[in-house]
Formats: sequence, structure tokens, C-alpha cells
Amino acid sequence: MTQPVSNCPNCGAKIIFQWSSSVQTVCQYCKSILVRTDIDLKKVGQMADLPPDSSPIQLNTEGIYRNKAFVVGGRILYEFDQGGWNEWHFTMNDGTSGWLSDAQNEYAISFASNAIGLPAADQVKVDQQYNWNNQNYTVSVITPAHYRGVEGELPFQYWDKTDVTFADLRSQTGKFATLDFSDEQPALYLGEFVEFDDLKLKNLRSFEGW
Amino acid sequence: MSAGTPPLSTPPKPQAKALNCPQCGAAITLRALGHAETVVCESCHSILDAKDPNLQILQKFEAVAGEVRPLIPLGTRGKLRGTDYEVIGFQRRGIKVEGISYYWHEYVLFNPYKPIRYLTEYNGHWNDISVCKELPIIQFASANYLGEIYKHFQSSDATTNFVLGEFPWQVRVGEHAAVTEYVKPPRVLSAEKSANEVTWSLGEYMYGADIWKSFNLPGAPPEAVGVYENQPSPVSENVKGIWGAFLAFAIFLVVLMAGFDLVSSKGTAFESTYSLNSGEPKGEASFVTQPFDLEGRTSNVEVATSANVSNSWIYLNYALINQDTGQAWDFGREVSYYYGSDSDGSWSEGNTKDSVVIPSVPAGHYYLRIEPEVDPNHRPISYSVEVRRNVTVPGFFGIAFLALLLPAIAITWRSISFERARWSESDHPPMQIGNME
Repeated sequence: MTQPVSNCPNCGAKIIFQWSSSVQTVCQYCKSILVRTDIDLKKVGQMADLPPDSSPIQLNTEGIYRNKAFVVGGRILYEFDQGGWNEWHFTMNDGTSGWLSDAQNEYAISFASNAIGLPAADQVKVDQQYNWNNQNYTVSVITPAHYRGVEGELPFQYWDKTDVTFADLRSQTGKFATLDFSDEQPALYLGEFVEFDDLKLKNLRSFEGW
Repeated sequence: MSAGTPPLSTPPKPQAKALNCPQCGAAITLRALGHAETVVCESCHSILDAKDPNLQILQKFEAVAGEVRPLIPLGTRGKLRGTDYEVIGFQRRGIKVEGISYYWHEYVLFNPYKPIRYLTEYNGHWNDISVCKELPIIQFASANYLGEIYKHFQSSDATTNFVLGEFPWQVRVGEHAAVTEYVKPPRVLSAEKSANEVTWSLGEYMYGADIWKSFNLPGAPPEAVGVYENQPSPVSENVKGIWGAFLAFAIFLVVLMAGFDLVSSKGTAFESTYSLNSGEPKGEASFVTQPFDLEGRTSNVEVATSANVSNSWIYLNYALINQDTGQAWDFGREVSYYYGSDSDGSWSEGNTKDSVVIPSVPAGHYYLRIEPEVDPNHRPISYSVEVRRNVTVPGFFGIAFLALLLPAIAITWRSISFERARWSESDHPPMQIGNME
């Protein structure tokens, strides 16, 4: 991929973003920490405002999960104070719809769950344990985030939510859960971490030099 | 790969922005980003609006005197465990233990398809680190991760004090994390905890030479100093092996010994009983026995003496003499047995039997010359002498046994020393002899 090049606004030295979706870099000469400002974060929902990112997945990427083929049809790009991640919405060949999340190329697949008795946002704390469908989950991170952009088809009627809180949960067996507190009623997604190679993805983005 | 599907958008030319105080031009440091409402310029003390997007994400830190340089330059590509990675970021982190700062370096490894990976380096010791998908189960001072037990090594507060390059998260100099480490060499399991996040990662020990090869680096890696927390012990693998070998050999020796015992044509060549009446004149009463034959190839001869001594002794000067050649083997044996009781209870000393083995005695006709000595006031004593050919000598086997035992002990000792060196750096140092706290 093309390495974006710029100059340090502090000392003028050349800055190369090796990774085009880097949130920041550090000037090798004057040690200023530099942050990308070339994205207007307020224009949520406009395709043009989707920032360049490193996800190898894109619309129409196809893959196989548990012997069922799926195709990616939409995405939400979330941003939080430490970076961002993608939620790719996919549809399986049996009509089931699910989410493939890509956080720094760590992949998880999850499906909406109708489990009841979900905690409220202010009750959830890191290290807390929950049990859904006879599976224990532990809260590993609570992320206040907001929409940074969307594209393609999404299963929502209404998605103009700016600030949302997520709680991600992990298990001792590689299972994964997300509590989404963006609506009045919390929503739960259950799934598991997956290996990139196991998904046998096709129609991926290509990266120059890789 | 993505034929027909153009990329989402071509990355626009990125723009970076440094933050300077609008009043004096000095660089502004924001330490509580996202939380700060206002910030004060350290040079001119202007108060600035920290929520201004232009001030959003900036920090400037003093480069450490002496300059910290990554051993693997940013932008270097290498192959690690079959995947290509590029080094995009570098940070130095440190902990303080009992007033002493320890620093290590972390390298951020990037591949556009794979999860971010990290390399850490401390005093020439390297670790390949990736984030865990599964959570470990914590049990007291250990962690069970995928069925394996990791022992608690250290809990510390790690601070980032130098950064370079790019990070997938917004790294800051001065950033803290509570780090808890559990080890099962060659792996280390660590938890980094901040207010809203716990991240578990698994590291595997790597040798500098392998890193140099992976990233095709010039020169030689820095020498590893000391023993690192999850460094595989060069000897611990051998400990089980050597004791296994020792056991196998010991069994082999016992079988061999039993085999020799069965096979050897041993037998009694001579046997006789003599007696000394009480008051019989002592000394000079030497006599010779009947001749007897020692057969077979040159082998050992056992001369066994037994006497009915009771709180008394008998000393026998022996000579085994070859009738044909006159060659003689002289030796003296004492048989004594004492017993009694005192304030500590009953006691006994000595034995009524004695045996000696004479090695390398050729076949031939032999006789014994015996010269007994006894206490002048002795009671009647009878003693018997038996000459046996080809006896099994445990001594030789004992030497073989020791020859195996010593290296096993040496390796075990080295392994224990290595583990002591490892754990002396942990929260659970081994007890020092003479320093029992």
C-alpha cells in the first residue's frame, strides 16, 4: 500500500506513515507526537468521510464460517479515544445475519442474542462475570465510542447514534461477547474469536508491498 | 486479490499537526487527553482550551539523554513464525523495584492481515508476544491458561517513557499499566490492567540470534545478560532425561549383577572349623590348612571368617599361598563383637562374621596359613573359615552407579541454580541461606 508521506509541522522533518491507518506517529527528529488530522470526524455517515483504514476486509468480501458461506454487505467504523475498529455486517447463505469485527486485525464473529437479564451500562465493570447460554464471560474492556462512518447495507433502521458504550467480554474458551448500550435496551452479541486464515476470505483488499 | 473491487478510497495525503502554545510558541504537553478541559503552557503559563480540536492529541517529551535507539530500525521487515511483519513502532517501558528502575523495549509488528504482534527485549532477552483470545483462570499465585499452569512471577507498575513510530493505540509517554506476569518457560502470560481494560497476552522466549535471522539484521545481537523470567533453562530439560537414564542404568546394573551372580561358576573351594580352648597359649600357633584347588580363569577369592565371639575378639593373620608358585597373599582380619546396655539403652558393636575379597587370583593349588591371636583370658572360641571362588563384588557396580549418579546430581544442581537465578528476580525470591527473613 502507499505509505502516506507528510512533514512534521514542528520541525519540518519528513514523516512517513508506514501504516496508512496509523492514528499517530512520532517525529524521529524532534520527538513530537503527531496525530492525523486529515479526517473530519463530525461528518458521520458520509462515505467520503470514512478514514483510510487498514482492514483487509471490504464490501463483497466472501468467507466461510462453520461450513457456511457468507458475504460482507455493510460496515460500521467505530472510533474511541485509543483508536478504532470495524464491524462488518455479513449475511450467510441461509439468510442469517451476523457481524465480523476487526479490531487491529483481531477478528471475531458474533450474532445478535435474545438472552434476557442484561445489565445496564452503569452496572458493568471490568473483570465482572456473566453467564449466557451456559457460557461464562468476563468483561475485558469497556469502550465509550462513537460512529466514525458507515457504508453498505446495515440491519438498522436508524443508526444516527453518536456516542455509544460497548463492553467486550472474553471467556476461557475463546468465546466472545459484546454488550451494546447504544439503545435504551442493551443488546447482546455472542460469538467467538476467529483466525484470519480459517475464514478463507476472498475479495480482500490488497496492500501494495504485502 | 481484490480484482474488480476497487479499494474503499485511496488514502488521502495525511496531515500531521504539532501543538504549540499560541502565546509563546512553546510545545504544549497534554497528559490527560480527553479528560483535560484546560491546559497550562509550561513556558508562559498561558491557559489553553484542551478541547480545541487543534490541541486534541499532542504530547512532547524530552528525548532521554543518551538517546534510546531501537535495535531493529523502524520499517524493517522480517518473517516471524511464517508471517511477514514490519516494525512500525518502538517504546521503552520501565518499572521501579526497590528504588531501581528496570527498562525494556517493545517493538510493534504489523501485517495488514494479521493481528498486531509485539517483540520485547530486555538485556538481550527477547519475547514474541501476541494478545490472548482466551482468558486464563487465576488460582492463587498461578494462572491456568489452556490447561497449563503458569506461576506468578511479578506484579509491577509499568510506565512508558520513550516512544517512536506508530502505534495502533494512542500511546503516551508517562502512560501506566499494572502488569502481572506468570511464567511457564519458555512462555510468559501477562495481564496489563488499566481502569477500563484488562489485556492478556502470551509471550514466547526468543534468542537474539533468531531475531537477527528473522529480520536479517547486520552484526550480532546483544549478549543476553543473566537469567530472564521465562528463559528456558538449558539444563532443566536434561534433568528428567538424566534421571531417567540413571534409573534405566541402575536397573541394568542390578540385572547385570544378578546375571553375573547366576552365571559365574562360584563355589566353595575350602571350608573348615577350628577352635581355641580357653587358656590355650596365644600367638605363634600358626598352622596350614589342607590344600584346595581354585579353578577357572583368574578371578577373585573371598575368604569369609565367622567366630562365636561375644564381648571378645579374635585376630587372624592369613596367608593365601599358591602351592605351585609360592606366591602368597597376606592379610589380617579381626572378628569382634561387643554388646551391652547403658543409660541410652542397649548397644552392640562389631560382628561375628567377616569377609574379604582378594582380586585376581590365578587358578592353581592353594592352601591357607592361619595364625590366630586372641585375648589371653579368652573363653573357648570356635571359628570357621570358608574360601569361595568368583564372588560378585558390588563395589564395581557401586563405582558404575556413582559414575552415573554424579552427573545426574551435577545437572540437577545446575538446573536448581538456574531456577534460583530466575526466581531471584521475581516477587517470590528463593530463600537465601543465612538470610532467612
